[in-house]
Amino acid sequence: MTARIGVVTFPGSLDDRDTQRAIRLAGAEPVALWHKDKDLKQVDAVVLPGGFSYGDYLRAGAISRFSPVMGTVIEQAKSGMPVLGICNGFQVLTEAHLLPGAMLGNNHLHFICRDQKLRVENTDTAWTADYTAGQEIHVPLKNMDGRYVADEHTLDMLEAEGRVVFRYLDFNPNGSLRDIAGITNEAGNVVGLMPHPEHAVEPLVGTGRTDGLPFFTSILKKLVNA
Amino acid sequence: MSRTPLDTVEHAAATPDVELPWAELGLKKDEYERVVEILGRRPTGAELAMYSVMWSEHCSYKSSKVHLRQFGEKAPQSDALLVGIGENAGVVDVGQGYAVTFKVESHNHPSYVEPYQGAATGVGGIVRDIIAMGARPVAVVDPLRFGAADHPDTKRVLPGVVAGIGGYGNCLGLPNIGGEVVFDACYQGNPLVNAGAIGVMRHEDIHLAKASGTGNKVILYGARTGGDGIGGASILASETFDDAKPSKRPAVQVGDPFQEKLLIECTLEAFAEKLVVGIQDLGAAGLSCATSELASNGSGGMRVTLDDVPLRDSTLSPEEILMSESQERMCAVVEPEKVDRFLEICDKWDVIATVIGEVTDGDRLEIFWHGGKIVDVDPRTVAHDGPVYERPYARPEWQDALQADDAGKLPRPATGDELKDQVLRLVSSPNQASKSWITSQYDHFVQGNTVLAQPEDSGMIRIDEESGLGVAIATDGNGRYAKLDPYTGAQLALAEAYRNVATTGAKPLAVSDCLNFGSPEDPAVMWQFAEAIRGLADACQQLGTPVTGGNVSLYNQTGEAAIHPTPVVAVLGVIDDVARRTPVAFQEEGQLLYLLGDTLEEFGGSAWSQVVHDHLGGLPPKVDLERERLLAEILISASRDGMIDSAHDLSDGGLVQAVVESALLGGKGARLVVPDGLDAFTFLFSESAGRAVVAVPRSEELRFNDMCGARGLPVTRIGVVDGDAVDVQGEFALSLDELRTAHEGTIPALLA
Repeated sequence: MTARIGVVTFPGSLDDRDTQRAIRLAGAEPVALWHKDKDLKQVDAVVLPGGFSYGDYLRAGAISRFSPVMGTVIEQAKSGMPVLGICNGFQVLTEAHLLPGAMLGNNHLHFICRDQKLRVENTDTAWTADYTAGQEIHVPLKNMDGRYVADEHTLDMLEAEGRVVFRYLDFNPNGSLRDIAGITNEAGNVVGLMPHPEHAVEPLVGTGRTDGLPFFTSILKKLVNA
Repeated sequence: MSRTPLDTVEHAAATPDVELPWAELGLKKDEYERVVEILGRRPTGAELAMYSVMWSEHCSYKSSKVHLRQFGEKAPQSDALLVGIGENAGVVDVGQGYAVTFKVESHNHPSYVEPYQGAATGVGGIVRDIIAMGARPVAVVDPLRFGAADHPDTKRVLPGVVAGIGGYGNCLGLPNIGGEVVFDACYQGNPLVNAGAIGVMRHEDIHLAKASGTGNKVILYGARTGGDGIGGASILASETFDDAKPSKRPAVQVGDPFQEKLLIECTLEAFAEKLVVGIQDLGAAGLSCATSELASNGSGGMRVTLDDVPLRDSTLSPEEILMSESQERMCAVVEPEKVDRFLEICDKWDVIATVIGEVTDGDRLEIFWHGGKIVDVDPRTVAHDGPVYERPYARPEWQDALQADDAGKLPRPATGDELKDQVLRLVSSPNQASKSWITSQYDHFVQGNTVLAQPEDSGMIRIDEESGLGVAIATDGNGRYAKLDPYTGAQLALAEAYRNVATTGAKPLAVSDCLNFGSPEDPAVMWQFAEAIRGLADACQQLGTPVTGGNVSLYNQTGEAAIHPTPVVAVLGVIDDVARRTPVAFQEEGQLLYLLGDTLEEFGGSAWSQVVHDHLGGLPPKVDLERERLLAEILISASRDGMIDSAHDLSDGGLVQAVVESALLGGKGARLVVPDGLDAFTFLFSESAGRAVVAVPRSEELRFNDMCGARGLPVTRIGVVDGDAVDVQGEFALSLDELRTAHEGTIPALLA
């Protein structure tokens, strides 16, 4: 048996097909979800992909957060369904208050696309169990609004509870506070990050690395073993 | 221009003496008289609007047409060509049932006036051309030219252009995989913003811009029509900039990439359900262009009710609606029984779609407004029978003196230290320096099929995950070479792009071009243009790569000063298995470096002559197209059979520039030995064409040499991948750290 993992397409989603490919390469079954449908088609987990949903007009993720599909995703996430938000998906998760903090424009004011070095700081989440703690990986990063911010209290809490899942190494590409690249919720089922693991799953394309694949094998193992 | 009573066809016939603002709309007197002759009466205001935009230089190619014919007349036999010149974009067969469409266009003038929106809508326009062929866009490339890197205005134009390309392309989810950035004072008031795009489809999915089938509905979908970009083609792109005139900013369109992304998805979904008979995007000349081209390419006529066009501004006059260049709009011809489903798909994607007319059994294009007929024309006369000019052309008198000013006479570096100093100056000069500050603002990874992206020799996209089938694209053009000799310069542009595609392991198949020149009203510019086309057409014929389409941009000049003639050539290639691609970066220490081709004392128009001596004179490097073809065959075979692990074409900056780039990208140095019969300076800086440097694993040395020997390609062992410096033995060594600082620091220091 395998696991069914949903990928939501919002208007303006860009990496939805890429995420489906990554899920397939990891051995799970990708299921396309549509933003106007409340129905999650009995998937076991959901990925909110990257892109510029609703053009990022108003504020990245601010409109998508109110789409019909998100109503169900929020409800299910609260009862434990694994949810991964990549880039724009991370922005949607913070707008939906499934993850704390917010994303502002990059401190250098430019879009940035690079092969980014990260450290995996938490391997207890649904999406990171196949990494080893402290593992250093390279995953492509590409965004305009990637500067993670939160108040000091929230940042201290995230640190104290081990909820910083990924940190930028060597170079902070957007001015994120405490070099935070990705975080999780208290339960560890919801993870959001700015870099794009779905673009690091094949040796031939992108940066030629496969450091992103464990995201998708982690969730597959968890779901199949559940 | 709205006036009462409504200027209907009837009204126009009854009031022959009404003066119309044809001159303000960019028509010449004889052109206006020709319109009157065609119609047998004065045009209505709406008809005048249509003729003026469609007969503009930008849309009608009136100055260039007589020369462009050569691309058809000299077209080589090619089994690969599925759709040639004249459609929205050419289509090439790449095997396994796949077809690829690609094209390069200019958005030069708008990008100078308003860099961000000008560049952004340039991307939007070329992408709509690709969709209109029935293809899913899979990548974009952007050949750019700016004024001097240290000129204050470059700091206004370049960051805006780059942000515009990124802002639009990134938001569409299209990887940006190639292009160029070149600085030269000649582009100061006339930056060149060319945009190219590639799309992929199955053979059976090719769509064309024609309206056929009486009773079929004409559906306008996408953004509402607003007052932006009115007269963009006629006024902006077809006239020389003049300081005395008011700002042309209102003629620049504003882009909404989110709307375009929806347009892509909804169009592809409609194609997939076979709902579309004919399709045309709305770009330059907006509805005037879309309706007249669809109608004239089809079998019948067309009737359009302009009142049904969704507007952003309800005060627009019918003339303005016809001329508006509002972005993100398309026009589809759909059979009546399929209209509901088409509208449903548009609704799914939140795209506004409206039936605005239908195909008729006549041969007239009729447009109505408030119940009155305001246009009644033969659409061919609007779309295809525009004026054709045989502009006078003459070799400029200064050409001889320019060519006589031989760069070979310039003082050369005499010692190892001088060589070293000039190498550092070369690799850190704005044109030769790393452009990663620019390209890192573009998404290279989206869609997950990018095999190679800049700074590789060509961009490469996988199009079939199972078989590994892929396509490669390179764009090149050297205005300095073309200034010295436009015929040879155009051929060198093709040769370089062809070589760049082959260097990555792909077989060159077809060509698109963007021909950027000054004013056609200047006989010297017209001569450059005629020579460049003659050169390019001859070379395409010899290399067997047909021109599938492209774009001409004239009037790139401010006052008397024209830009260098700048034919930008894009070559598309195919590779059976992208796993066999060859990258630029050195892969392994110990691999042997070979120089392929002949190195001559050729410095005319070279990067060295520009950087060290600020000189432009003499003759560009010679072109040997048979040699280019042989070199390409060797590079492709060597890549397919695993004989080389990296390769880099030699072009501006010569061998040393190529080796430094391969070394920095691979993080591995090189030890070089100056070959017998060459001096170190010529070895390092010559820009002879038809050359490449390859790194060969020792196990393949014999096989590789045998292949080159058997095919008659000169091959010279020049060193080895080794260490952490570029070490030219007996002359100088530069550490990778030192080279990296020089190569990567320049552009951020100037622009960040």
